[in-house]
Amino acid sequence: MLVESKLDPQSAIFDQVLEAGLGFTHTLEPGQIFRIVDLEGNQAVDTLFYNAKDPSDRYSAADTIREQGNVYLSTGTRILSSEGNTLLTIVADTCGRHDTLGGACAAESNQVRYALEKRFMHSCRDTFLLTLSSCTHDMTKRDITANINFFMNVPVTPAGKLTFEDGISAPGRYVELRAETWVRVLISNCPQLNNPCNGYNPTPVRLLVWAAAG
Amino acid sequence: MTEAKHPVIAEEPLRGGQMWSRVLKRGQRLRLTDLEGGAAVAALLFNADDLSERYNMPDTLKAQHIARLTQNCALFSDMGRILCSITADSVGWHDTVTGHSSKRHVQTKYGSGSYQQLRNDFYRNTRDNFLVELGKYELGKRDLGPNLNLFVKIAIDDAGNLSFVPNSKAGDFVELRAELNTLVVLSNTPHPLDPAAVYAPKPVNLAILAGTPAPSDDPCRLVRPENARGFALTEAYFA
Repeated sequence: MLVESKLDPQSAIFDQVLEAGLGFTHTLEPGQIFRIVDLEGNQAVDTLFYNAKDPSDRYSAADTIREQGNVYLSTGTRILSSEGNTLLTIVADTCGRHDTLGGACAAESNQVRYALEKRFMHSCRDTFLLTLSSCTHDMTKRDITANINFFMNVPVTPAGKLTFEDGISAPGRYVELRAETWVRVLISNCPQLNNPCNGYNPTPVRLLVWAAAG
Repeated sequence: MTEAKHPVIAEEPLRGGQMWSRVLKRGQRLRLTDLEGGAAVAALLFNADDLSERYNMPDTLKAQHIARLTQNCALFSDMGRILCSITADSVGWHDTVTGHSSKRHVQTKYGSGSYQQLRNDFYRNTRDNFLVELGKYELGKRDLGPNLNLFVKIAIDDAGNLSFVPNSKAGDFVELRAELNTLVVLSNTPHPLDPAAVYAPKPVNLAILAGTPAPSDDPCRLVRPENARGFALTEAYFA
């Protein structure tokens, strides 16, 4: 559902541009608002969330999908953890829907999807692994579960097919989430050059945080 | 099913509520048969030679452009290799996107169903079953990701809405062939979207069949170029 935010970027307490191909991690306090802006349109922002106090309690695509009864994420979606806790809620969305079935690209899955010779290419899993290595908790490949792809369009058909389509996002569209607990955000701004979802052109995104209301 | 080519080397029942695990050697097959209809078996897969490598739902779906599993689908690991392929399936749709039940689901829906009261018919849930079985291999919560829901169909409409659809009949079966030496972990527990008001997971028969790895003309390999590359990467691992 398309819902605009009333928050003013001028009042954000954090504001950073993240280039394609880079990773990002940040801890949100309960009540803080986190916005991701698709600056140039049709970028895929591979994202995982963890309970910052206990990263084994982490984003669960399956629980999030099942409990809301729908495979796409948008305004109103409660981002659920593997322990059944609400980590965040999507409170604004000017894109319309976001994927959580397509996962992250990896050197190995690129070989399967595109060609055995694609192993050298940069990928989201590489970014996740490197970014996790800087975390205080001991986080490894085991902690990289099925992620969200903000702004990515991966329609499912009633016949059970998965299709990768041109994005439905556009320059300046954004998604905004309210942290419901202490949340670690992990992002790979996707470097994929083989997928039509981003027009074969990975681009920067802008990340903003606002303080908790009141 | 070709009994002569693939003789049964072990067979056992999987009671409703029960968990199970076994390493399938490369080429061996596991055939699950729904004995009464309405079965639901949640499954996780790991490379038995390196447990850090495991079933990856998104990689499986995007490689094959699918949102459900059936015959000739490959079940990919996070390392571009194939853990198992589905060599036979009379059901037509197995879910892998809607996860599994927890203690909270089962208690809210069916009541406490304690061991004290019901002994070994107590109400087990999938997450706890997985944690017990994974614990036998020193795996735990961090190793528990999106699973297969064998025999379960969750339909997805054009708007992305989910609905539980009665799916498997008595006698229906699905067969997994191990392409790696694959640790298979099963939990025969109700799917959380099953509308049944009573806790009554159905019995399933498990048969291990002898066999060999996928030949060059195997349908799972030939069905799409992505699968052919997955098999090539799997074979390179054993070269």
